[in-house]
Amino acid sequence: MINHDDYVKINIGPSHPAMHGTLRVVAYTDGETVVSADPEIGYLHRGVEKLGEHLSYHQFIPITDRLNYCSAICNNVSYEMAVEKLLGVSAPEKAQLVRVIMMELARIADHQVCVGILGVDLGAFTPFFYLIIQREEIYEIFEHYNGARLTNTFGRIGGVEADLPKDFEQRWKKLKEGIARANEETDKLLTHNRIWMDRTIGVTTFSAEDALAWGFTGPCLRACGVKRDLRKDEPYSVYDRFDFEVPVGKYGDVFDRYMVRMREMEESVKIIDQAFKLYKDMPADAPLMAKVPKTIKPPAGEVYSAIESPNGELGFFIKSDGSDKPYRIKIRPPCYMVYQAFPEMVKGEMIADLIACLSSLNVIAGELDR
Amino acid sequence: MNDLIIALIKVVFIWVWVLLIAVVMTWVERRGAAMIQDRPGPNRAGPFGLLQPLADGIKLFTKEDIIPAKAKKLLFILGPILFSLPAFSAYAVVPFGDKIVLGGKEIILQVADVNIGFLYIVALGSMAVYGIVVGGWASNNKYSILGGLRATAQLISYEVPWGLALLAIVLVYGTFSLREIALAQQGTFLGILPNWGVFKQPLGFILFIVAAYAEANRVPFDLPEAESEIVSGYHTEYGSMRLGVYLFGEYVNLCTLSALIVTFFFGAWHLPYINMASFLGPISYGIASFLVFFLKVSFFLWLFVWVRWTVPRFRYDQVMGLGWKALIPLGLLNLFLTALAIQLTA
Repeated sequence: MINHDDYVKINIGPSHPAMHGTLRVVAYTDGETVVSADPEIGYLHRGVEKLGEHLSYHQFIPITDRLNYCSAICNNVSYEMAVEKLLGVSAPEKAQLVRVIMMELARIADHQVCVGILGVDLGAFTPFFYLIIQREEIYEIFEHYNGARLTNTFGRIGGVEADLPKDFEQRWKKLKEGIARANEETDKLLTHNRIWMDRTIGVTTFSAEDALAWGFTGPCLRACGVKRDLRKDEPYSVYDRFDFEVPVGKYGDVFDRYMVRMREMEESVKIIDQAFKLYKDMPADAPLMAKVPKTIKPPAGEVYSAIESPNGELGFFIKSDGSDKPYRIKIRPPCYMVYQAFPEMVKGEMIADLIACLSSLNVIAGELDR
Repeated sequence: MNDLIIALIKVVFIWVWVLLIAVVMTWVERRGAAMIQDRPGPNRAGPFGLLQPLADGIKLFTKEDIIPAKAKKLLFILGPILFSLPAFSAYAVVPFGDKIVLGGKEIILQVADVNIGFLYIVALGSMAVYGIVVGGWASNNKYSILGGLRATAQLISYEVPWGLALLAIVLVYGTFSLREIALAQQGTFLGILPNWGVFKQPLGFILFIVAAYAEANRVPFDLPEAESEIVSGYHTEYGSMRLGVYLFGEYVNLCTLSALIVTFFFGAWHLPYINMASFLGPISYGIASFLVFFLKVSFFLWLFVWVRWTVPRFRYDQVMGLGWKALIPLGLLNLFLTALAIQLTA
């Protein structure tokens, strides 16, 4: 136990240029060294889980947009798949392919934001713009699909609402080149930059055992060297048909988390290529929706279904009492588990490392506080 | 009497000139950043957004001037002034051209040719830190104090390699006067290389430019105002024109530092292999020397912008490590080698 009177208390957030959303960290510092850092959560708490109990199953889809707003599509699909599991139906193959393509696009967009912001927080402003210009192209595709850009409300329970837009192939070709170029430029500016390496390598390292004990998932866990990816280990949707790598790091430091995200973007591009090839081979009139009643009244029971969202395992637990509204919805957000370990990670590091660590964990307030 | 008027004109001219460069630099910084980052940048106020600095100035002037309730009022007001004055004053001994002959009178293009100009520069360079630390302290804000502390440690540390690099230059050219150093860079040595400081002191140049970036608080050494860590550092609590003076002082500082780099290491107004004075008239030579000097300064001003939008920021301990463990030993080595070379060749 430290005596707090001996140190300077610094409030970082909830309104601070380095805080992503309304996070707040109460840090005690000895000069530039962080003695302790206590995250305060709940500034963006909107009672999402409670809201679910008062909305019908369909009405809850737009609420899920507001979890991890950087990749809303993954939240939508995760929820829809949970309800489908509860109903005992599964979306038709074509709908699955559309979902995979859109989810991987959302994953790329999420990683682009995370890597870009990590750069900004470490003082490298320029890569952010190279990445965000490509994210804009991704959002253009989303907009062409169903009119929404950030909060997509994508898909339906039992399938998706529409085919991919007609100009998808053309846009994807252009976007693929753009992503490759942006990643290459980011790589040139950051990865082998001596200052960048000094700032990230060995900063807030985390062992695989600790990461597993704290319940890490996603890029933060893979950065520690644990090869766990739900897309590979517990394949859902049609992920078992694609050939892709699961990039892992070794030391679980900021650099590894950055590299894992950079590599995952490349793998997502591969997945989209393969999925789109399968999609093109499907007949044009293949069904997009499974047979789902208009008013969804799942049989009484409970279900847990999780997907590999850009941040890690995003799970929905739904308990039904047979009525048209869920009895209880519990969301397992990946950053909640990651953020728990934050005080451990930054203890004894410097203020600048605290910021770098927080950025690389990609803690999204909407998902954290729900 | 005549001399006094000429001196006054020179003072006013250089004051206005440096101010103008600082104003244009805010535009160059933003447009340059936009160019590097694939975006348009400010392009609404006037052609190419050239009137943007003016719009910014009007905005800053008309904003409410807030002094935080618990701030030390006098020091709070003093901070920006202490910061920007040394930057302006330092320019007094920096030449901005060779000389111009008007009505049979030879006018040196320099406000004051002080024979200890070198010491004057180093002394004023150390003054700027007071503006930052006073502003940071008076704001009564933890982020500001952290920024002020960072600035103090950083500026004091980097003053040493800065001074060591300059000392080697003084050894090479054998004078403390900036004008004489500039004059000595005419012609070539070893047959092919221009007589410039950068060729005679390559290591010294690297030390000097790294230290100059640290002195100017620019990326990768922008820790005192690191936005993502300590909000805005020492000027977090400043608003209105007081903030403007801080930002402005930074650009004036850049201008002075670029002029110093050119004077010490890039032959001041001399062109390599060409002696302008031999074929230009007295008036056109004066103007040409001014333009050459200014072009070189512009390049280094642009370099400041270029570097800022390319590299990440150091961490506090890394800045200290680089200063004390790398630059200062190298500076001492450079000084020793220079002295040895001069002793052996003398």
